[in-house]
Amino acid sequence: MKETLRLALVLTLIAAGAGLILSLVESATRAPIAEQRRQETLRALRAVLPPVDNAPDTDTVELKIGQDRRGRDLSRTFYRGRIGGELAGVAFPVTAPDGYSGNIDIMVGVRPDGVVQAIAILQHAETPGLGDKIGADWFRGQFPGKHRENADWRVKKDGGDFDQITGATISARAVVTAVRQGLDFFQANADVILGREEGAE
Amino acid sequence: MNLTREFNKGLWRENAVFRLLLGLCPALAVTTSAINGLGMGLATSFVLICSNTVVTLLRKVIPAKVRIPAYIVIIASFVTVVQLGMEAYVYDLYRALGIFIPLIVVNCLILGRAEAFASRNPLVPSVVDGAGMGLGFTLALFLLGAVREILGAGSLFGISLFGASYNPFLLMILPPGAFIALGLLLAGMNRLEKGRR
Repeated sequence: MKETLRLALVLTLIAAGAGLILSLVESATRAPIAEQRRQETLRALRAVLPPVDNAPDTDTVELKIGQDRRGRDLSRTFYRGRIGGELAGVAFPVTAPDGYSGNIDIMVGVRPDGVVQAIAILQHAETPGLGDKIGADWFRGQFPGKHRENADWRVKKDGGDFDQITGATISARAVVTAVRQGLDFFQANADVILGREEGAE
Repeated sequence: MNLTREFNKGLWRENAVFRLLLGLCPALAVTTSAINGLGMGLATSFVLICSNTVVTLLRKVIPAKVRIPAYIVIIASFVTVVQLGMEAYVYDLYRALGIFIPLIVVNCLILGRAEAFASRNPLVPSVVDGAGMGLGFTLALFLLGAVREILGAGSLFGISLFGASYNPFLLMILPPGAFIALGLLLAGMNRLEKGRR
């Protein structure tokens, strides 16, 4: 009995010491980590928005886009870029759930009229050398200037307007579909996102 | 006790990856580039040196019956410290290594050194042992990452080596390439070792 108590005591003390150290480290790194994440978002926003003079990550609208399998709300953040207070573009993240290996996270930038400004691939696990060409300039370069109506949002193999990637049609198809769905959602909620309605903030 | 010997054994004679074949999961999974291998090796070394230090200081306090859970708590704490530190200060590397940073906890190299060395030796040799083993692990990962990056992407530390006309041998940065590169490196090391005897 006495030995058992000693075992428990030593383990408790070690765990308490570990907890103390971790809480110190966590509080010391909290601010730098938040800043790193903010910088990452800003880099993505700068890549897809026209040059703006506000901080788009503080001028956002959050909209509900559906529910996950457990019934919790899923939402999407729309970042608004402005020049002299005038809305110049909106950026929003979309996720392609049907990549070749896992989700593909994409940032889409559109002008207020719904024309794509640029897209950026944020995160993916596609095959190096094949599917990862979704991040290549020639592939992403197909998106700017297109909007819902002036393009057929499918890869050429499926009869659309977008070049697929040799050996990685699935990756290209996933990106094109996800961006199109993002644009659909943007169009359907444009009034709220662009702040044309009262109580949009 | 010969400190130089304790340090050197980790580099070659008992090199974790090339001689003991320990810690192969991170060694194979993250070495798609030289910088990833180096970063993973240094993160593991930090954890190894810190855990060896604490384990040797507490070796008379920790009862034998609960030593494994005690070591795991100590190792897991340092891994969390490394993870938070990397996220705060080397964010790109943190993103590149991803899930393999928390998985340092289950790297058998670290628990192995705590159990086999730090729990039985005084402070200074334990720190030296951790440093040597960690550096050996880092060298192995760096070598593997460099070989795979040079062949598979035609670059080293992201700097292109052969110009645009080089057609990279993609297989080397895919998972099978890890096994092939490690196998060839092991064969080369064994050959060298044989020649020395």
